[in-house]
Amino acid sequence: MDASFWLLQFLNAMQYSMLLFLLSIGLTVIFGLMHFVNLAHASLYMLGAYFGISVSALTGQFWLAFILSPIIVTLIGAILYYTLIDRMRAAGPMNQVLVTFGLIFVILDLVRLGWGDIALGLDAPDALAHTVSFWGISYPAYRLFIIALGLTIMISMWVVLARTQIGAMIRASVENADMAASLGIHVGRLFFVVFCFGCALAGLAGVAAAPIFSATTTMGITILIPTLIVVVIGGLGSLEGAIAGSLIIGFLETFGAVLLPSLSAVLTYILLAVILVLRPQGLIPARG
Amino acid sequence: MKSLFAKMAMATSLGLGMISVQLPAHADTKVGLILPYTGTYAALGNAITDGFNMAIEEAGRTDEFSIVTEDTEAKPPVGLAKARKLVLQDKVDVMVGVVSSGVLGAMRDFVHQSQTPLIVANAGNNLATGENCSPYIVRVSFSNGQINRPMGTWMAENGIKTVYTLAPDYSAGHQMIESFSAAFTAAGGEIAGSDFTPFGQTKDFGPYLTNAQSSGADAIFVFYAGGGAINFVKQYGSFDIKTPLYGSGFLTSPLYVAAEGDAAIGVRASLHYIPTLDTPENKAFVDAFMAKHGTMPSEYSVQGYDAGLALMAAVDAGGADKKNIAAALPNVSYVGPRGALEIDPATNNIVQNIYVYDTVMGDDGLTQKLIDTIPSVRDDVAGCQM
Repeated sequence: MDASFWLLQFLNAMQYSMLLFLLSIGLTVIFGLMHFVNLAHASLYMLGAYFGISVSALTGQFWLAFILSPIIVTLIGAILYYTLIDRMRAAGPMNQVLVTFGLIFVILDLVRLGWGDIALGLDAPDALAHTVSFWGISYPAYRLFIIALGLTIMISMWVVLARTQIGAMIRASVENADMAASLGIHVGRLFFVVFCFGCALAGLAGVAAAPIFSATTTMGITILIPTLIVVVIGGLGSLEGAIAGSLIIGFLETFGAVLLPSLSAVLTYILLAVILVLRPQGLIPARG
Repeated sequence: MKSLFAKMAMATSLGLGMISVQLPAHADTKVGLILPYTGTYAALGNAITDGFNMAIEEAGRTDEFSIVTEDTEAKPPVGLAKARKLVLQDKVDVMVGVVSSGVLGAMRDFVHQSQTPLIVANAGNNLATGENCSPYIVRVSFSNGQINRPMGTWMAENGIKTVYTLAPDYSAGHQMIESFSAAFTAAGGEIAGSDFTPFGQTKDFGPYLTNAQSSGADAIFVFYAGGGAINFVKQYGSFDIKTPLYGSGFLTSPLYVAAEGDAAIGVRASLHYIPTLDTPENKAFVDAFMAKHGTMPSEYSVQGYDAGLALMAAVDAGGADKKNIAAALPNVSYVGPRGALEIDPATNNIVQNIYVYDTVMGDDGLTQKLIDTIPSVRDDVAGCQM
């Protein structure tokens, strides 16, 4: 196990962490802001992958798919918001979980009707379809792109949340929605914008993941559990929590897989149990 | 969206087709198709159903067989419940299907005790035609050992000295790799390393692939099927791994090899059927399948097709009821798309050729190029007492 082994696995871990981050940040901010558990978030990830594949197949342009697919997913998210999410806001967490859990299966069957049961692949764009050699290793360029994409979104979200007025409004609404509303912040509209943004990120994660993982009808359900674990470990509602959680899970699963293969499946759950016992609010929860 | 309408049209016509099959004028034999139509293996269940229906329709005997379909969801408890329903409530004469080795394991005792013949059209669980064999369970698909043992010997004989193996961590994964490794080491090869990846959870094979490459083995041998196979092959390609990739043929099954793209080119695998076999029986089958479905058949459609042929042969030899079908099934033999087939009465598993093939780029996309044929592979009796 030389330096190149560690570097390779470090990049593998980063790449997985960034995908988890793109998914969990939407889920956790929606929860932090609206106190709404949207389990169907992972279905939007799946839709992102399938729409990406269809747009790419129709136009032959990966980058067009990369932009259009999150937009389509956002539109679907907006429709869901007005038809279901908004009216479930006051219904309590149990009903929300049931409705969005049901939604997972509805979307799943719609995807099966539209795209069939056979897994579909998407080719990485030509510009990124090669491997890059550096420091004695060669690594797929597309995976480096995903790492860069995740880091860019991570930093820009931090800047927006910490340094801009809309960021201050979001943070204020997370901490105390009533007080924020009485200060003149249109909390309802803010919720909608944040919800749509979360959907767009889920769609983006889906289309970004498609060239690596291919699209299957079970991809939404399989990614839901690690995403929820990231959110629980990181702490609900906070950007820092989502960053910490996705890095911890990404590294734990990647290094667990190569160093302790027989234990790798349970490592995450052991960590989850330890966190829930010692620090049930998560590592870096949002205040409020 | 075009595909949506095409699928809907297909589903409608399929539905109509089924209704006409379900309401025959004078059905003699009641068949229960017990397959996954939802979940991970839904595509396999549909492919097997298409093949089975095609065999019955080609023979023009749709009036003779009434068909009841049940969805196992590829879950052992659901599969068992559906088997009970088919036997006790629908009173079927014979069951056909089972994709998952787990479902087959769960159903085994019930099938045996209810004395209902079961034609296994996929599940390769070694035990079902080994230690836990039953005179009522006949397999026309393959056993996990049957596909991989010949490949172990073949690779060792073709100059490969060390191999790194990878497979999902569940019964089929272990059976496939164990039988491969046993044959490979017996022929003088050495296993350089071996990993079992968490079943159904692993999507990122990057860590395993880079590990396998750094082991310095001559080749990587893997078993993955369905979505796992697509991910594995694509990621193998994207990491530009130099170690050649070998596998159980499900890795590059014609059913989904298109989704794997160029990464599948040069992958060498062993399987009991490839659609490019140059025999008159296979050509006729492929043409008929293409005419009906517009795609190439896969091993799954052939397994369904052969299950249909085996059933009709058993009915012809014995009779249309439970007892006679069960008695006749272990003795059927015929030439199908895969070549000459017979059931080995000692295990009730099929005896068949195993084909070593490369995936190559043809005129209309990826196709299979036959490299070698290992004739009439028969499983050891391995503790089976009928």
